[in-house]
Amino acid sequence: MMLFLLVRRSLRQHLLSTLVTAFAIALAGGLLMTVWSLKKQARQTFEQMNGGWDAVLGARSSKLQLVLNAIFHLESSPGNIRPADLQVLASKPSVQAVVPIAMGDNFRGFRIVGTTTNLFSEHEYAPGQKFRLRDGRIFDDGLREALVGSFAARQLGFAVGTEFRPYHGLNYAGEGTNNVQHDDTYVVVGVLEPSNTPADRVVWIPLAGLQNMTGHDPNAASDVSAALVKLRDPAAGFRLDMEYNKQGNQFTFAWPIGTVMAQLFDKIGWFDRVLALVAWLVAVVAAASVLASIYNSTSARKRDLAILRALGARRRVVFASIVLEAAATSALGALAGVAIQFALLAGAALVVRTQTGVVLDPWQPDWVWLWAPGALVGLGALAGIAPAWKAYRIDVAAGLAPES
Amino acid sequence: MALLEIRDLKKSFRTPDGPLHPVVDIPAFDLDAGAQIALAGPSGTGKTTFLHLIAGILTPDAGTVRLDGTEVSALDEPARDRLRATSIGYIFQTFNLLQGFTCLENVMLGMSFGPGADRGRAAGLLERVGLGARLHHYPRQLSTGQQQRVAVARALANHPRLVLADEPTGNLDPENARDSLALIRETCAENNAALLIVSHDQTVLGAFGAVRSLADLNRAATTATPIPNPTRP
Repeated sequence: MMLFLLVRRSLRQHLLSTLVTAFAIALAGGLLMTVWSLKKQARQTFEQMNGGWDAVLGARSSKLQLVLNAIFHLESSPGNIRPADLQVLASKPSVQAVVPIAMGDNFRGFRIVGTTTNLFSEHEYAPGQKFRLRDGRIFDDGLREALVGSFAARQLGFAVGTEFRPYHGLNYAGEGTNNVQHDDTYVVVGVLEPSNTPADRVVWIPLAGLQNMTGHDPNAASDVSAALVKLRDPAAGFRLDMEYNKQGNQFTFAWPIGTVMAQLFDKIGWFDRVLALVAWLVAVVAAASVLASIYNSTSARKRDLAILRALGARRRVVFASIVLEAAATSALGALAGVAIQFALLAGAALVVRTQTGVVLDPWQPDWVWLWAPGALVGLGALAGIAPAWKAYRIDVAAGLAPES
Repeated sequence: MALLEIRDLKKSFRTPDGPLHPVVDIPAFDLDAGAQIALAGPSGTGKTTFLHLIAGILTPDAGTVRLDGTEVSALDEPARDRLRATSIGYIFQTFNLLQGFTCLENVMLGMSFGPGADRGRAAGLLERVGLGARLHHYPRQLSTGQQQRVAVARALANHPRLVLADEPTGNLDPENARDSLALIRETCAENNAALLIVSHDQTVLGAFGAVRSLADLNRAATTATPIPNPTRP
């Protein structure tokens, strides 16, 4: 009990250095836990985020480019595929559904994607979940109408009845720059409920609308950018993979989507390893600051330590009190680090959602919440050993001598 | 049998130049249980070293210190710590209170290294020394005389057999010094603790019936303090 009182009073007596040291540990811990959680959650979420599709068929390219383009609405389209090839795919007995998509335009940075109405009326983007309308209706295939994802609608200020003219290309350079605007005017007829998928960031229009947009090449008017594929039997993916990727050379069949995304995370795995290394280095620096701070205060406390010894405190009690103080400082920091982690994760989740439409959950429990603070406390206690050893070896008689 | 028996006690320290400098060389010294004795000794007579040797804070180069039948000088360090916590109370010239702790905590902290913290006894002792209303004051909030009283309460907290006091009135004005000394003697007597005071303060020495010169006792001492005529307190 008295040991805890000793530690508490010592922390209070050196409040400023305790707080500064704890803050350094909090930053290190927050960074470490954020990197860890974000990496894990992003990987899990992106690997599971397939929009309800098993595969994507597109022009010959990398599978990753195809998935990023067709599922996540990132990256550029590698090229087009012709309707006849689409028909061949759709006619295969193992294929349950094919939905074509076409892209190449945007409205103020939000992608305009042409597709067919069965994407909204029949397709389940997650088991048992279809796209739902918040307002209005699905566009008419033959008209210049748009159905807008929830996030895009909010950011663009679109509501049913809003008219807009698409910009050419996938990128928007900003107001007042040389963005080329099509002559065609579209009207928003519906807004989707949030689905927490990349579809929330898209302005959907009829496939024919995009294909026939003024300024587009009339020779490619019937082509599509990619086909989203649902298989009847997962094993069919092997056969189609063989057919399109290994025997053919015109197309790329990206299957299974989760594996393709896993390859992305494997490729950028070095990046989060570097971040984790930086976080650990910060943690070591923070632990060193615990060591320096307590080591210096041990010199200043020589007299108090000598008094304790003169009162009968064993060396091991003095040693334990210093190690415990270092651990307590680290525990304070680790606790604050958990709070910092939530703030950083919430910020990161917002950015990821804004950029990709994918929703990360900062509150999803993770073992890192336990082991990282535990490791920091252990590291702090370890850093306390040097000053504790100094206190352990203190010369009691010299410490008690009146100060001149 | 005496409570404290010292035989052929020797302690030297190495000087910065290299040779050993003898500080304590006491052939024999005894103190009976419950007795109160003052040793007259100015600076240079090795009085603090002598008390540190009795308390087991320092170990002698030669000789023995026996307290209540236990040979202190033969104990290992943890055992000496334990003995100090349970059998010896120490009052320092500069009081040596822990500044970050209240009066009550200072007394209880001393107890925690011995038989265990007893809040009731700690509060009772502080009440006895006149600080019942200042249990939760910090040392900096007390006068020097009051700080000395906390140190007295702390020294008696663990029912010691022996209280050592090193210049206990050195930092007090004459009036406070008289009061403080009387308090130390009374409380030691109430707690059946023997008292060994070292001082060069004639007021202190004059209050004791039994005064011995440390310069006479310690063959390594370089100076002597005159011993006043004894007066009864």
